Amino acid sequence: MIGSVQVIPAATLRAAATVVCHGGLYRLTAMFANDERMINGSFAIYVLFFSKEDAAFKTIKAIIKQDDLLEFPSLTPLMAAAAWYEREIHDLFGLTPVGHPDLRPLVLHENWSQGRYPLRKDFEPDSVESGENIDYPVPPVQGKGVFEVPVGPIHAGIIEPGHFRFSQAGENIINLEAKLFFAHRGIEKAVEGLSFSKALFQTERICGACSVANTLSYVQAVESLTNTEVPLRAEYLRVLAAELERLYNHVGDIGNLCAGLGFAAGISNGSRLKEQLMRLNERLTGNRFLRGWITLGGVTMDITQELVQDIARLLAGITDELNDLLGLLRDNDAFLDRVNTTGILPQQAALDLGVVGVAARASGVDFDIRRDFPYAAYRSLSFHVPVYTNGDVAARLWVRADEAAESIKIIDQLLEELPNGKLTGELGSVEPYQAAFSMTESPRGSNLHWLMAGENNTIYRYFVRSASYPNWPALTVAVPGNIIPDFPLINKSFELCYACLDR
Amino acid sequence: MLNLLKKIMKTGCVTEPYDGGIVPPRFRGEVAWAEGQCQSCQRCRVACPTGAIGFSGGRLTIDHSACAFCGQCVAVCEHKALAHTGEYQLAEMKNQLSGKIKSILKRSLHIRHVDAGSCNACDWEMTALTNPIYDLQQYGIDFVPSPRHADMLMITGVVTRNLTQALTMTYEATPSPKLVMAVGACAAGGKVFGNSYAIQGAVDTIVPVDIYVPGCPPRPAALIYGLLLALDRLEEVRN
Ligand code: SF4
Ligand code: SF4
Repeated sequence: MIGSVQVIPAATLRAAATVVCHGGLYRLTAMFANDERMINGSFAIYVLFFSKEDAAFKTIKAIIKQDDLLEFPSLTPLMAAAAWYEREIHDLFGLTPVGHPDLRPLVLHENWSQGRYPLRKDFEPDSVESGENIDYPVPPVQGKGVFEVPVGPIHAGIIEPGHFRFSQAGENIINLEAKLFFAHRGIEKAVEGLSFSKALFQTERICGACSVANTLSYVQAVESLTNTEVPLRAEYLRVLAAELERLYNHVGDIGNLCAGLGFAAGISNGSRLKEQLMRLNERLTGNRFLRGWITLGGVTMDITQELVQDIARLLAGITDELNDLLGLLRDNDAFLDRVNTTGILPQQAALDLGVVGVAARASGVDFDIRRDFPYAAYRSLSFHVPVYTNGDVAARLWVRADEAAESIKIIDQLLEELPNGKLTGELGSVEPYQAAFSMTESPRGSNLHWLMAGENNTIYRYFVRSASYPNWPALTVAVPGNIIPDFPLINKSFELCYACLDR
Repeated sequence: MLNLLKKIMKTGCVTEPYDGGIVPPRFRGEVAWAEGQCQSCQRCRVACPTGAIGFSGGRLTIDHSACAFCGQCVAVCEHKALAHTGEYQLAEMKNQLSGKIKSILKRSLHIRHVDAGSCNACDWEMTALTNPIYDLQQYGIDFVPSPRHADMLMITGVVTRNLTQALTMTYEATPSPKLVMAVGACAAGGKVFGNSYAIQGAVDTIVPVDIYVPGCPPRPAALIYGLLLALDRLEEVRN
């Protein structure tokens, strides 16, 4: 994907963004910076917008000359979705969004040396000392009887790291502050200068549960840059990988949701079914997270007739068992009482924050990359995109349940129609400083990777925006007004990745 | 309620005993080197994304704690000198536990998980240990919510700059005698993402480690093997 690119001076960013948005026809979907001083003497801010109605993308590239003030007008007052992107740009590049209401550090925590910007090309890692520990203020909520509950970054379960600060009036949550990016590994920088093929290893390890989605977004971006043709059989096998990833996530997440309210039979049934799917993954690819299958230009392994039967048999069993499990939830008043009307994300908030995936479709936002911007073999497959409108924990659960059933149907279809042919195409080459991006629909929603090539098929700049990036702020909208024992339930219903977000 | 009971009866008991090694044919385990075939071209060393391969005195060595079992070395070798075996029981103890500690922990081990900057795959495999199929509790082992209740820390991930403080505080909060297990290539080897401004390195650069469990991620059976190895209970469980 490339879409149209409009180059403007940064000072006019707000006006340009207003025109592109056209009263909500186009919505902000990602925003990041690039240090292009070596190429053209300036920094650039890229703002990506998409429109479902137009089925199109538009990019604004705002230029900040290196000798000018290193700032740009913040878009956050116009569109809430820009808030975290701009804080990230501020942290990593030292470019200031003027007029941003909250410029606390986001990605680099308190122990980071001030004035060091790791994503600039002239950054020297040795110049960073730790231990300065500047203040990280959490806005207090005041009032009679109001108290704070701090949780994390290390949690009580086997969960990724994040810090939550609840402001409470008794059991009722008044406000939730989430401090994240604890698992920030600096992957975007770590792959700079690597060849496209070498970086594949790291992209596959951005996130465990979205290994396929991240790898696929990455290889598609490279293939689009290098005009590489992917054989049809490989396109189908990529969909197989993507749908198996969705299926094990959704089935596991339905079970995990039961853990949010202590329903033991639901937990053990969900985790048992997930284990069957993980074992299938291992039989197909040698890795339980399907790693090592998708590669530049295609896929590394074929499936045999024996494996096709293995998949069909297992999925038939999963269909029945999943129906049993959902039956235990659907006619269980004690369960429904907890999930209905809990943790509501209003549709307008979902639109304003640019929320994607299951969370958006549970709040009435009918959007799915597989259908609206089809990639791999999705164009040739027919499937239904479930949409619910209540925006509560239950709606997110039912979206997952329906999608899991759709995934099984997609897999049946593609195995039926699997074309013959090669598994990989020859990787082409690209002129330096060309850019492209690609999107896939991960189990959690749209996953966007943007890539600018350097010399000799290497990476100059890589930007990753997983589905969890726009969705995390939505959690802090859905939680207040609920009681604190419902937080685990609401959190699990969003099922957001930390690793994907933090990178 | 009736449906629930029916479902439970229908499913029955699915828990597996410790299997000790059934792996599917495509599984990528330990990388085996065929000395006779190797031409010392070192293409595998160059291709390896984690720097796990070394050559010394004409011999190839593989650092299993760094290896991610990605198969790149096997794919680039033109002389068929490298191949994955099905071996996943690769956990290694740094020191043998003293008899006293072993006797304290042997029957009942409580574990606290610390994600020090992982991709979450290692962590999901730890979660899988609690599913009814592996049922970690059958070995008297369980996860606990607080380091203060724990005998062992299972640590995943390359230690990030942002998590260093939380990791050291958790380590200090765990009462002695304590065991530390580095889970997966990130925690055990620290080289999955190369050098980065945001990464400190393997877990043992921050806190002392007793057991290293290779894998990216280690499959659940590899984790159970590591736990039983640490407690010196493999023989007993196999019989
Ligand atoms: S399997 Fe991968 S990580 Fe392991 S030695 Fe080979 S190339 Fe290196
Ligand atoms: S070792 Fe592999 S699976 Fe485990 S956290 Fe690191 S990248 Fe993820």
